[in-house]
Amino acid sequence: MNIAVNLLKAFLVGGAICTIGELLVLKTKLTPARILVGYIVAGVFLSAIGLYGPLAQFAGAGASVPLTGFGHALTTGVKRAVQEIGFMGAFTGGLTNTAAGIAAAVFFGSVTALVFKPRPKE
Amino acid sequence: MFDKNAKPSPARQQQLDRYSQLVDRLSPKSPMLQGLLRAFWVGGAICCLGQIFIEIGLSWLNMTSTAASTFASTMLVFLTALLTGIGVFDKIGQYAGAGAFVPISGFANAMVSPAMEFRREGMVLGLGAKLFTIAGPVLVWGTSASVVVGILYALFPW
Repeated sequence: MNIAVNLLKAFLVGGAICTIGELLVLKTKLTPARILVGYIVAGVFLSAIGLYGPLAQFAGAGASVPLTGFGHALTTGVKRAVQEIGFMGAFTGGLTNTAAGIAAAVFFGSVTALVFKPRPKE
Repeated sequence: MFDKNAKPSPARQQQLDRYSQLVDRLSPKSPMLQGLLRAFWVGGAICCLGQIFIEIGLSWLNMTSTAASTFASTMLVFLTALLTGIGVFDKIGQYAGAGAFVPISGFANAMVSPAMEFRREGMVLGLGAKLFTIAGPVLVWGTSASVVVGILYALFPW
């Protein structure tokens, strides 16, 4: 039962965050690349001012799977590292906390590109 | 001979107006609502799948919540790379727009897709470099923003 509620919350919040992205695509003609960059930077700062944390607590994957969640992970990593090792944590924390996602994308990305041939565009 | 600032003659203007009316009448009605709905349900479904992986990690694999969250992102990245490889993710992307590229799946797709396409330009400057065509800017701006936040946090902890 608890799991069903978690899934519903993830669906609704994740869907809403993606809908905002689609609204930006349709209304502003921003390219997807710009929207992704905007989302991650927005996630970093929303997390820094304490707005994203409660959302992540509430929505789980609904908040952590969109790219804003990547920004949130950067900020939480940086803050934790600063608490643990001081000033230099500003440089180590972000990438440490997001390393798995980045390494997975690099690894699976290159393996896929090696294994599969590109198909002609339809 | 051809001054593009000149006003068109009244007859020509009438013709242009008729043409733009025709365009308005024949172009499809605003796809706005449909696009938003598609982004909502596909984006929501991808996040929901992420939550399923988190629950699996927590309940069956005895992971901590951090590890479960990492497990979920890794699985989504893996599935997206696979679906991009077999050509399915592009169709999802065309259907769902931001619903497919705002979640971490979009980040993975943005790495795999150009890497596959430019592989013939070599392992280093083809595959290796193109992997970061879109991921590069995302990491540059995201990491830089987090360093700024980190420096501020080290100086004025809040």
